[in-house]
Amino acid sequence: MSEIDPITLSVLAGRMEQIADEMDATLFRAAFNPIIAEAHDASHGLYHAVSGDTLVQGKSGLPIFVGVMSFAVKAVIEKAAKDGDLQDGDIYIFNDAHIGGTHLSDMRLVRPYYHAGKLFCYLASVGHWHDVGGAVPGNYNPAATDVFQEAINLPPVKFARAGKVNQDIIDILMRNTRLPQSAMGDLNGQLGALDLGVKRMDELLDEYGGETITAALEALGHRAEALMRSELTELPDGRWEAEDYLDNDGINDEPLKIKIALEIKNDTMLLDFTGSAPQCAGPVNIALPTAVATAYVAIKHIFPTLPANAGVMRPIEVVVPEDSLLAAKFPAPTGGYTETILRMIDVVFSAFSQAAPERVVANAYGTINALSIAGKRKNGQPWVMFSFYGGGHGGSIETDGLNHGNAPISTATIPPMEILEAAYPVMFRTWALRPDSAGAGAHRGGLGAIYEIEVLEENGAEAFLFGERGSFAPKGIAGGGDAALNVFQYEQDDGWHSPPLTSKMRGINLKAGQAVRLQTPGGGGYGKADERSHAAIARDVARGLVGDVEADAVYGTNWREGTA
Amino acid sequence: MSSLMIGVDVGGTFTDIFVLNEAAGTARVAKVPTTRPDQSAGFLDGIKQEVSDFSQISVVVHGTTAGTNALLERKGAKTGVICTQGLRDVLEMRRRDRPRTWGLRGNFEPVVDRRNRLEVPERTLADGTVRTPVDLEAVRSAAQVLQTNGCESVAILFANSYANTANEEAAVALLREIWHNQHVSASSEILPEIREFERFSTTALNAYLQPEVSGYFARLENALKADGFEGEFMIVQSNGGVMAVDTACRLPVRTALSGPAAGVIAAAYIAQSAGFENVITGDMGGTSFDVSLISQGRSMLSPQTSIDFGMVVRNPMIEITTIGAGGGSIAWVDKGGLLNIGPQSAGSNPGPVAYGLGNTRPTVTDANVFLGRIDPDNPIGGELERLDIEAAGRAIDEHVGNPLGLTTVDAAEAILKVANSRMAGAIRLVSIERGFDPKNFAFMPFGGGGALHAGAMLAEVGIARAIVPRYPGVTSAMGCVIADMRQDFVQTINSSVDMLDEAALAAFMCAHIDQGLALLDAARTNFEARDLSFELDMAYVGQTHTVSVPLTVKTDGSTVTAVTRAEIETAFDATYKATYGRLLQNGVRRILNLRSAVTGKRPKFDLSTLAPPEGGRAEKVGMRKVHFGDTWYDTAIYDRLALPSGTKIVGPAILTQPDTTVLIEPHLQGRVDRFGNTIIEPQEE
Repeated sequence: MSEIDPITLSVLAGRMEQIADEMDATLFRAAFNPIIAEAHDASHGLYHAVSGDTLVQGKSGLPIFVGVMSFAVKAVIEKAAKDGDLQDGDIYIFNDAHIGGTHLSDMRLVRPYYHAGKLFCYLASVGHWHDVGGAVPGNYNPAATDVFQEAINLPPVKFARAGKVNQDIIDILMRNTRLPQSAMGDLNGQLGALDLGVKRMDELLDEYGGETITAALEALGHRAEALMRSELTELPDGRWEAEDYLDNDGINDEPLKIKIALEIKNDTMLLDFTGSAPQCAGPVNIALPTAVATAYVAIKHIFPTLPANAGVMRPIEVVVPEDSLLAAKFPAPTGGYTETILRMIDVVFSAFSQAAPERVVANAYGTINALSIAGKRKNGQPWVMFSFYGGGHGGSIETDGLNHGNAPISTATIPPMEILEAAYPVMFRTWALRPDSAGAGAHRGGLGAIYEIEVLEENGAEAFLFGERGSFAPKGIAGGGDAALNVFQYEQDDGWHSPPLTSKMRGINLKAGQAVRLQTPGGGGYGKADERSHAAIARDVARGLVGDVEADAVYGTNWREGTA
Repeated sequence: MSSLMIGVDVGGTFTDIFVLNEAAGTARVAKVPTTRPDQSAGFLDGIKQEVSDFSQISVVVHGTTAGTNALLERKGAKTGVICTQGLRDVLEMRRRDRPRTWGLRGNFEPVVDRRNRLEVPERTLADGTVRTPVDLEAVRSAAQVLQTNGCESVAILFANSYANTANEEAAVALLREIWHNQHVSASSEILPEIREFERFSTTALNAYLQPEVSGYFARLENALKADGFEGEFMIVQSNGGVMAVDTACRLPVRTALSGPAAGVIAAAYIAQSAGFENVITGDMGGTSFDVSLISQGRSMLSPQTSIDFGMVVRNPMIEITTIGAGGGSIAWVDKGGLLNIGPQSAGSNPGPVAYGLGNTRPTVTDANVFLGRIDPDNPIGGELERLDIEAAGRAIDEHVGNPLGLTTVDAAEAILKVANSRMAGAIRLVSIERGFDPKNFAFMPFGGGGALHAGAMLAEVGIARAIVPRYPGVTSAMGCVIADMRQDFVQTINSSVDMLDEAALAAFMCAHIDQGLALLDAARTNFEARDLSFELDMAYVGQTHTVSVPLTVKTDGSTVTAVTRAEIETAFDATYKATYGRLLQNGVRRILNLRSAVTGKRPKFDLSTLAPPEGGRAEKVGMRKVHFGDTWYDTAIYDRLALPSGTKIVGPAILTQPDTTVLIEPHLQGRVDRFGNTIIEPQEE
């Protein structure tokens, strides 16, 4: 392999990132379903021809995919080896979460890229489809006890052979979704993104030649590794532990432990999740690829300038115990994987904060709160309002946490209230910050939110919630306090109620004029509460972000002498 | 007779003045330092350099960053908000985003303190039904609290006010009676469009800017009048059109991208006059490279922008893509051994190492200086005596050459190569990625540094030629004189096509035309023509991204022949097919918003006014060693403004003028056209 000069490498790094970015943009524009079009729940990249490792990945895709995509490509490489007839123009498709990670809603397309008759690398596209069958529209089924209740399961199969699409597979997929039009639109968008990737790679290889690009890809991996090692060298050696809990699995009301031991030694790091709870009955299990990818997401948040390249992971060992809910076996349900991986990120941050608190932020609100309200209109037309809700981010050495942010595994924005009210028969009585929801600290956490949603439809409606953090609060770091718990309530004729499994509930019947109220956690605090400036406390109280009595309780009463 | 038209662009470092004498057919330019904090001093000084009798001035048009700066520096007025019960935090909650994807750091303070965001009982539903009439007594006491708290301006932000303005109208009518000044903004007046955060943010930022920006405009106008000015004073908007100063005082949020927009307008006009309908502009300043695309003579508009995290302004504005690669961008080698440019910048102060003002890390300009591309003895702007080549070389060695094992020259070339590649990436983004083939475009560099990199853009992106305007340093000021008067209007319709009330749509169009024409009538400028244009934001039900569907509408004065549902369906199908290649079977077509624009076409001045004088010389004024690729070339230096039309200069060559250096690389040539533009293209075989 030829050596590559650092200047050409700089230029090529930018060019290849732009290709992946452009594939992202192509799908976002074309996608029919708002989960991709608005929330950018999709990702694209280039992967190693032999190992399947991530070489380059788009910047605007969903953060969790940055780690998980290479597992999809590795699975296809294995399958292709078994098939033994891989050729230019082939495309594989699958959604099996036990093979490719995340959940069944994520449809993965993997395409070998050939240059001058030789396999050069893989291009891949993943996108969250709106519906892929199963018991619950949208596939967020809190009561699923296996994958068959969640969605159709498609293992890696050949979708196109030498450029010719296998219509049978399209027919099977379209028969197994409640929203075939949307699914077809997304599928076309993903194929378009792959086509574009091929075209751009052709142009790049024509310009620079395959050997230069190969050398560049190799060098980028080394560079990513060198960057990671240099970061780790600057950190103290040692071993730190942290643990936290999921409320329950949606079936049995028992907390589930997530535990980590984090070890840094010279330029290497170990993330060991031994001691985490065993596989469970409900859908908060995750597959092994998801667990490894999550470790990567946590690391990217701690070292935000590192490139999206597998080289970053070479100095890092991730240990996931065989029998735990972090390496669940087929056919365990994984639909609620988001909650579990958020908790994994929380414990990584908590452990890392003991090594270098300035490098991390305190825990964010830690649940996506998938709330759906559904019913039938007077004319019989069904409606489903499905959305995720926000909460506070953790405080950092620099500032208080962000109020009402999105989840660390996502960059999705929330739909405007007015768009929801125009589309569905609901009215938001409240869409506001939640006072006293943040963890105290020298830098307190950001605030969570209060959403109170009233049903306007005469026929009433039914509500479902898949959330977490109802029993275990987001934690502070470096001496900072914990945030408030997630609180979900719903209105009935005799007043407000709370569900038995705190933040998980299905089939709540609401009449017109009745509401649900979701109060989301804030973020944990950073640093000791008694280090917070009196002026900052007084300002929080004056702004109504913290109650005065509540402030006295966590900060003492001396702040009252300060001025707002 | 008053016949001087003056364009003034106030930038971060310089205030540029463009004076057009319509009667005499001449134009002059001036550049003076921008004064701070009050920019009006530099503004007036600049005009006075060129004009002694202000009664000779017919119009002054101003491109300003006053609004942008007030937002970025958080120097607007203390502002109050009166909003729907339950919604006081919308401004602070945004759309649940975060400043950066990775790292989870940073937070956000809205421009209105929570203590000054007060709720009143009132509620309108999405279909326009008033569920709770506004409690005017609550509005009155909220206003009193805000005044007691010292608020200078107030914004009324009610839910679903785009669907029914009644509650907001009642509240604003009361407020305009009792508020102690004229700074009252209502969300349904500023932006009657669905999406509460975007509407509330735009309205609140408008209120925040109003006292400050209208005060600045008033100071300027008074000062101009005190010196005898009797003409019309106008302001450039982000959409590239101008508005009267009283409109600007009412809607200061529309000036957010005023200066850069004027530059793009000028670029489009210069290129069109020179025979190029398709242009990509590249404005290279100290910290950034701003790219914009003009297709068929029309600049692209984007619906909104974020001035900073969480500070969303939703108004049509000229689409400008910015990357952090300017002359002052710092070159550095990361821990993985990769050379990077920016985003850190030395700006213009302390500026590049060669300025000798304290920066020690090498910048793009330092690489240009070291390679001989910039004349060290005549620095741009005229404030420095001489550029320090040796210091630039030492910084390049220390921070780039040594870590990468390169000689100073190779390291400097490497810096330019990586910077050029990033700039080329921005051009690909606005062209190739949007389906435009760069081969069909000319590149127009402006700003101080762009013309040094034009040749590289041809090579990197495959653009056929570059056109360097005669005065690239004052393009924005020139754009002020060229821009048309334009007002944009929006109204959310939110109806499927088959349920559309055609008459109601026509009534909204009429209202927009009435308001727009009234603004044109109130202006004292002459218009050659008046244009009306209408678009609908449409999609299939279930889709979130809309397409802009242009409508052909018959109008007579301000009466409109209603557009039929069938016509709208046909227009949507044509646009949708052009965008996505195919239609959706059985899809239900939906109209989200009506967008109207009313434009008064101002007379254009003849660019040959700027043509080189007769009898210029095409002789070189000096020689200098300049490095290209891997060799030093003896390179001829020319005085650009003296070159007569038709001159052809074969590269390598450098054309100098007071505010810009034009680089013609080996294998390229520069041709002076009849307007004094320099066309850079491959040498004829």
